[in-house]
Amino acid sequence: MLATALGSPAPFGQSQFAFMRGNAFEAKVKADGGAELLRLLYERLGGSSPAPGPDAATPDLSAAGPEGRAARTALALREATAAGGWALLDHPMLALEVAGSPAYLEPDAVVVHPDGRWTVVEIKSFPMIDASADAAKVGAAARQAAVYVLALERVAAVTEGAEVGHQVLLVCPKDFSNLPTASVVDVRKQRAVTRRQLTRLTRIEDIADALPEGTTFDPACSPQELESAVSSVTAAYAPECLAACELAFHCRARSRAEGAVETLGRSVRGELGGLTTVAGVLAAAAGKEGDPADPTVAALRRAAALRAEALESAAALRAQAPEGAAAVRGQAPEEAGAACR
Amino acid sequence: MSLITTLARLEAVDSGRAQPLATVRHRHLTDRPLVIVPLTTAGEAGAPLGALVGTDREAPRLLAVAQPRDRDLRFAFLAELAEAVLPHIEAYADVVEPAERNETDPATGKKTKVEVELCTDAPQLIVPSRAGIEFVRLLGRSMRFRRTAEDDPETPYPAPARVPLLGRWLTHYGERARVPGSSLLLAATDLLNRHWATGQSSLEDQHLGALLAWIDPPGGASGAEAALAAELGRDQHGQLLCPPAGPATDPAFDNRLLAPAIETYDRARQALAAAEDGLAADGRLGELSTAEREIRSLLAKVMLPTWDKVWQGLDLLRELPEGSRAEDRWTRDRWSFTAHRDRVSSGEPPQPRRDDAVTAAQKLASRETAQAQLEAQEALDDPLVLAGRRLAGEAFLADVTDVEMAYTESKRPSPRPLVTLRTDERPHLGERTKVYRSLDGKPQTAEFVRYAQEPDQEGEVLLVLRIMDRMGRGKEPAPGSLPEPGERIAWTLFEHDQRGGPKLPDPEETPWTHGGPPGADAATRAEHPDPVTPEDLL
Amino acid sequence: MRTGFDPGAEAARATGAILDDTLRGSARGIVVDSPPGAGKSTLVVRAALELAAAGHPLMVIAQTNAQVDDLVVRLAEKDPELPVGRLHSSDSDPYDKVLDGLDNVRKSAKAADLAGLDIVISTAAKWAHVKNVEPWGHAIVDEAYQMRSDALLAVAGLFERALFVGDPGQLDPFSIVGADQWAGLSYDPSASAVSTLLAHNPELPQHRLPVSWRLPASAAPLVSDAFYPYTPFRSGTDHGDRKLSFGVASDGSGPDRVLDEAAEAGWGLLELPARHTPRTDPEAVRAVALVVRRLLDRGGVATSERAEQPVPVTADRVAVGTAHRDQAAAVRAALAELGVTGVAVDTANRLQGREFDVTVVLHPLSGRPDATAFHLETGRLCVLASRHRHACIVVCREGVADLLDEHPSTEPVQLGVTVKFPDGWEANHAVLAHLAEHRVRWRPQVT
Repeated sequence: MLATALGSPAPFGQSQFAFMRGNAFEAKVKADGGAELLRLLYERLGGSSPAPGPDAATPDLSAAGPEGRAARTALALREATAAGGWALLDHPMLALEVAGSPAYLEPDAVVVHPDGRWTVVEIKSFPMIDASADAAKVGAAARQAAVYVLALERVAAVTEGAEVGHQVLLVCPKDFSNLPTASVVDVRKQRAVTRRQLTRLTRIEDIADALPEGTTFDPACSPQELESAVSSVTAAYAPECLAACELAFHCRARSRAEGAVETLGRSVRGELGGLTTVAGVLAAAAGKEGDPADPTVAALRRAAALRAEALESAAALRAQAPEGAAAVRGQAPEEAGAACR
Repeated sequence: MSLITTLARLEAVDSGRAQPLATVRHRHLTDRPLVIVPLTTAGEAGAPLGALVGTDREAPRLLAVAQPRDRDLRFAFLAELAEAVLPHIEAYADVVEPAERNETDPATGKKTKVEVELCTDAPQLIVPSRAGIEFVRLLGRSMRFRRTAEDDPETPYPAPARVPLLGRWLTHYGERARVPGSSLLLAATDLLNRHWATGQSSLEDQHLGALLAWIDPPGGASGAEAALAAELGRDQHGQLLCPPAGPATDPAFDNRLLAPAIETYDRARQALAAAEDGLAADGRLGELSTAEREIRSLLAKVMLPTWDKVWQGLDLLRELPEGSRAEDRWTRDRWSFTAHRDRVSSGEPPQPRRDDAVTAAQKLASRETAQAQLEAQEALDDPLVLAGRRLAGEAFLADVTDVEMAYTESKRPSPRPLVTLRTDERPHLGERTKVYRSLDGKPQTAEFVRYAQEPDQEGEVLLVLRIMDRMGRGKEPAPGSLPEPGERIAWTLFEHDQRGGPKLPDPEETPWTHGGPPGADAATRAEHPDPVTPEDLL
Repeated sequence: MRTGFDPGAEAARATGAILDDTLRGSARGIVVDSPPGAGKSTLVVRAALELAAAGHPLMVIAQTNAQVDDLVVRLAEKDPELPVGRLHSSDSDPYDKVLDGLDNVRKSAKAADLAGLDIVISTAAKWAHVKNVEPWGHAIVDEAYQMRSDALLAVAGLFERALFVGDPGQLDPFSIVGADQWAGLSYDPSASAVSTLLAHNPELPQHRLPVSWRLPASAAPLVSDAFYPYTPFRSGTDHGDRKLSFGVASDGSGPDRVLDEAAEAGWGLLELPARHTPRTDPEAVRAVALVVRRLLDRGGVATSERAEQPVPVTADRVAVGTAHRDQAAAVRAALAELGVTGVAVDTANRLQGREFDVTVVLHPLSGRPDATAFHLETGRLCVLASRHRHACIVVCREGVADLLDEHPSTEPVQLGVTVKFPDGWEANHAVLAHLAEHRVRWRPQVT
């Protein structure tokens, strides 16, 4: 949306098939007062508590504005914890103060256990096949859940008898069906990382990166403010951005125009030392620039020489044995020569 | 990424064309590969949308699912896929040659040679991208536990007859694709990326269209421009000019074209079901087939560019001569194919959902061996790959300056000649480091002895090696078994062949540390089909 | 302020419980977690001797030939009469020649030749080829966290019960091909032997050596917090028990100032100006070499509980640790140029299990433009930061904290895999934050 507003739509967006399935799955998981969800949670994280029954509470969390909803959520958490039974909070609103201003977060669900433990529930529509799932997607879900755990911990700190579980419940479709299944994910690592990020990061855009999608800061942010925020981002483009950010194609174009070697991948930089541009590296490799005593320059020249020598020797080899090469080519089927449509 | 590869990428940026990463083709290509271009439905794990399949680039077979969330239509698709793929596989199963295999007699523990059959060639499957390989695996997993009406007349929602068998074959191919250097199932992007470096990142190289744009840009355009056009170019309806190579579709295609077409199809189906008389039904049937044709044509339109690109990629690859050791790896692929053929014909159950402890360990060990072997073979086949190993200090080229005879100090002295070499390279040689050279295609071993001269002004050193083997049984080295002065020889610090690991216990002997033998229940559980629900769509 | 904690008594209690379980317990396996310098080798030798003395012949499985030879030597030191078998490979030079001087050590490439000896020792790789023998009643598996699950699978049939000893904080075993398809399986062949063992036998007794005798009081809390957050340990010595001092006063240079800081605080960070560099950053490499040179030139002496008199810190008591082999080679060359010999210079992998008075570490992220998983691996930093008895000096370019911030941890998560602590990103930050308190900024003169 931001990219479209700035005049260059990136190839992002969600297929309505995926969107519909995601919504339908979440609705199915939460149907009947969350009976299925609570059953899954009890099976995996129930501990010594009694099994949840139809009397599990599902408090109404509606209120005006994110601030009101966050207050309503905190109240519901307090009441449910005091009541000492099972409670399912559907789409609660949590506040987390970052860099001095509150950010509002909306987990899929939080369950209050009879013993006062709170568990974050994440419902995703990617499948768990034979009890395993796409590790990148699970990792993203774990980082997201860790932020919710951190935010919940601030509420729990002022709630009598409450404790936030560092194990979250990830609910996904099972195998190739629409039946839900669940897995417990320990998010202590992600929580520690996020906690440190929040104390270290001071730039709003970095913080935004660390927080889950859908986090709102200030809904009344003006377009001018938005643009200045975007342009203030330093050029830290790397190809990974393409999968994560709708502005990445902008950044890539700029990065390519500058001839930055990172456009070829972060790992490329590893052996290039202080050389940062394509032209600079090639000039150093060709012996036109750079101090030969610099290990980077020396290694580049050696790499260039070895590469050139190998290509030459291969060309010479093929020139020597044209029959051999032809014989190999002759093995290809006739249609291989057919014109490309 | 090695610095040589990095340089190739930078040169590609500079020149606007992909640069070679190999001087020979490191993967075997058969005369008649079967190309499969699959598409899947966004957000659904087991709902294929369509596919182009075939061995004739001019005549792909179009398979399509008009409503992917309808189980019957999906089964029809899978049945058709089985019809398109299995005959191709089976055509190779009966053409065999006699071969020998080492087997251990379970009673005596002795190794004996057994006469067996080896398929003279194997069917090769090519998909556009790595995601395509993952999808082959997923299809295999979703099909192999299905029950047909013949398996079990009571089974609810029986699968069409050959679907479970296709699932087993696709599972085998998907699993074999994890073995380094294997070529039974290959992704076009992997093949191309192995042989060319583009001026973009390896992430962007997963886009078949952009990748080919760098290697073979149309009409003299620069690779960068052509790749950008392939990535982002859209027509006036917002549709990508170069659709994704699948199995995922472009959301804009889903939302603007496919979803309305499926809606029309659904409406036509409802209307047909509600038809009150034959005449109305005829008319509505016509509408239904029009709607179905529309979906087929939409899917064909987004798959055909990919189909053509896969073949274009194969053409480019065939221009490279095959590396001499690729055939050796293909022979192992033929063994793998033959072994699965035998498992199928002997009535073994489908591959279990998850490997048992011993199988997992065996697979890991054999893949590590295959990886080391692949790295060695590619370096021996290709001076450009060897250059990377030389840069890393794992190989070196040197001129022989002197050969001096020496012998072991045993009662029957054996030759251990000392060879002096001159080189400007700096391999990581330590005391008695072993090095190898290829002698008549087989490795000869030498040991590093000492430096005879420190670097001179040209940076050249003299180093002394002791030749250890391959000199025959006599007191004097067999003719031709020693390096000759003036010869330029490539030495490697890595071994050319890989020893297999130790024999692992049989699964029934799995030790207590690993959970003991997989019990009877594990064996039977593997056979259970996935549960099915009356309504399996959301 | 260590009232109530008697490290000697704590360690003895732990060792006693371990030996009791080993000699008299009924469990098939016993797992001992040993943090750096907690007396793992001592425990292995003692357990082996006591088992043998109690009439239980045993096999010992270690991971490398160097570890095997080291154990053989230690056993012979403790009990020169004890018949020990060293099973070795059929390669050339399969074992350390030192073993030829030990009368009671029999060496063979065939297990049958060693039958009947009280203790037979070899590597896991060699044991895996031993077939068709009567299983041993007892085994000790050393460095069990560095052993892969598939290696244990290949040898577990050789023994009935075993003591598994290792350090969970060091570098994990790895495989050269992907093994994701087995992630989350209890017997994932690429996981560590201990994780498989415990996944299948969660009831096995698990012990922990609670005291590091190597790490000084200045280092144990940091290493424990950063790398063993859920299994803390303490140092066996207190602040003031150890002292590092120099005969020659500081010349005011960066290397001398960081040496003084490290002598005082146990840690020193020599920070060079921020710059992206190649791995073998010549300035940083030279700075490492200079620090070593000055440490030796200034006549460093170490006072500790080990000796009544201060002991000179000679070259063999100093090590340099790096992340990469080419870095180690560059440091060796720089040291040779400065005329320094006898200092161990190696990568983290090869320094595992070794101990020195002073270590100088080239920070894995120094000068790097990116932070890869390799460089963030917890075990690597843990090994480098836990080899010293007195002081550890880290040489690093400025800007690593910012680099970490630019590469936030985005590790994939496999379902069902027990989380291993801590996170490399977080551990790196924790160590950096601590080092920052002992920072000496230095701009080397251009030569």
